[in-house]
Amino acid sequence: MEITSLAAHEIQALIRAGKISPKEVIHALARRIEEVDPVIHGYLSHDVERAIAEAETVDVNLPLGGVPVSIKDVINVKDHPCGCASKILEGYVAPYDATVIARLRAAGAIPFGRLNMDEFAMGSSTENSAFGPTRNPWDTTRIPGGSSGGSAAVVAADEAFAALGTDTGGSIRQPAALCGRVGLKPTYGRVSRYGLVAFASSLDQVGPITKDVRDAALLMNIIAGSDKFDSTTLDEPVPDYTAGLEKGVKSLKLGLPKEYFIEGLDPQVERSVRTAVAQLESLGAEVVELSLPHTEFALSTYYIIAPAEASANLARFDGVRYGFRSTGANVLLYHYVKTREEVFGPEVKRRIILGTYVLSSGYYDAYYLRAQKVRALIRQDFAKAFEKVDAIVCPTSPTPAFKLGERTSDPLSMYLADVFTLAANIAGICGISVPCGFVEREGKRLPVGLQVLGKELNESTLLQVGYAYEQATEWNKPKPQFD
Amino acid sequence: MSSENFDVKYVAELARIKLTPDEIKTFESQLANVLEHVAKLNEVDVAQVEPMAHSFPIYNVFREDELRESLDREAALSNAPRQAHGLFIVTKVVE
Repeated sequence: MEITSLAAHEIQALIRAGKISPKEVIHALARRIEEVDPVIHGYLSHDVERAIAEAETVDVNLPLGGVPVSIKDVINVKDHPCGCASKILEGYVAPYDATVIARLRAAGAIPFGRLNMDEFAMGSSTENSAFGPTRNPWDTTRIPGGSSGGSAAVVAADEAFAALGTDTGGSIRQPAALCGRVGLKPTYGRVSRYGLVAFASSLDQVGPITKDVRDAALLMNIIAGSDKFDSTTLDEPVPDYTAGLEKGVKSLKLGLPKEYFIEGLDPQVERSVRTAVAQLESLGAEVVELSLPHTEFALSTYYIIAPAEASANLARFDGVRYGFRSTGANVLLYHYVKTREEVFGPEVKRRIILGTYVLSSGYYDAYYLRAQKVRALIRQDFAKAFEKVDAIVCPTSPTPAFKLGERTSDPLSMYLADVFTLAANIAGICGISVPCGFVEREGKRLPVGLQVLGKELNESTLLQVGYAYEQATEWNKPKPQFD
Repeated sequence: MSSENFDVKYVAELARIKLTPDEIKTFESQLANVLEHVAKLNEVDVAQVEPMAHSFPIYNVFREDELRESLDREAALSNAPRQAHGLFIVTKVVE
């Protein structure tokens, strides 16, 4: 068996036992990338020499000692490029480590490579990357999901042991689901965003994409916690997320929200998810139907709030302090306009314009303020639900992976890919996607994800449910075959 | 809430983005669709609801105003497209 097919905790156990060195692990990973990444295109770049140099001094007895963890191109790793898959940051080299990276290093991990994504994390298919799309390892004519499509695809194709992604409206959970792996979006404030390039500041979170639930717990142990460099982090103790994995689901009450089983949900996806829920019931969980009445307004709320915040955050890309600068402008205004015109991709421009509009004088109340009020109602829905249940179970994505190019000309149809994930960001709660089956399309098996949503700071329960389900099934075991 | 007054060219200028005539045409119809969709929020009765800027009731996080380490000047300037004498160089603002 190829060692690259192992999960992070499995390879770490081998390293710790002295059966393989971190250097050999990196070489094996580099060979695997050379073999499969020309097809998958999950990496924008990777530096084997640097990783090996870092491996020389690593303490293998640390929780992730010697394990390379691959990083989405939106998180700053000192001396690595950080480009957000955008031409506007071509040539940018990070002058400091993000807090999540410093914490990974302190746990012995080696930050590795730059993973492809939708430009500035805006998208659901990774097709908005300025450097070409990533392909889904289960069917390379299809998208891997997005925006952390590179992160999910490389974990699925065994060209990473584990990866960090970011989730603003589903960007960890949706690609994890479409690539058949585990993805966790932590509670808003659970993980520091210092060193993360901001997209929508009231929604963004960093989280793991992994081969199994144990790895997700292990990574959360390392990256979670308050940070003096990010005043939006919550000053709450971090539990040992691996400790409760084996508790089972017998004592748990799970809610099935009727608003997530609607027209537009692929019937085969629905069957997989309902079978998974029945299985959790047979494992001892109590399942009750419930209602989240404002679900249908989540998409509209999101597509006001996220572009509004993005339009403000992306104002910093002006060609002065970093990144691309257009030449030839002789006045400052044209310098800004030309710089931004020449290198921002179409989706980034669309969202900046939409965001600027909903915040502009005369429209602020009608759009942005109203969306913030509906947001309160969406949060209230979840708060009421969590008075009755320990977690909510539902589909992660309404469909399996779609074809490359299928939705690029119609932004609204692309936005619908996140219809089941964005409410969690709006409400600030946590969510996980775990593999729960396959559907067949054109002779290929495509993964389906089960989403488990939890109350704020209740990641432990999500991991507990995900682990119990994973142990009882084999859905995370199959490996994609592709040429 | 309506998209009737949505002038994509004007809003793009506000955001310091210039669009080609083709982009104006495409974005106009694509964003009109999105605005039509988000008009759905008009159906919600929000009369008694307080707006929520972010999901947790945390406000005003204070800390002591103390000296601490930060990026040195060289590192902060290292990615600048144009810099000299420890400063960013910007395009001329006034004559």
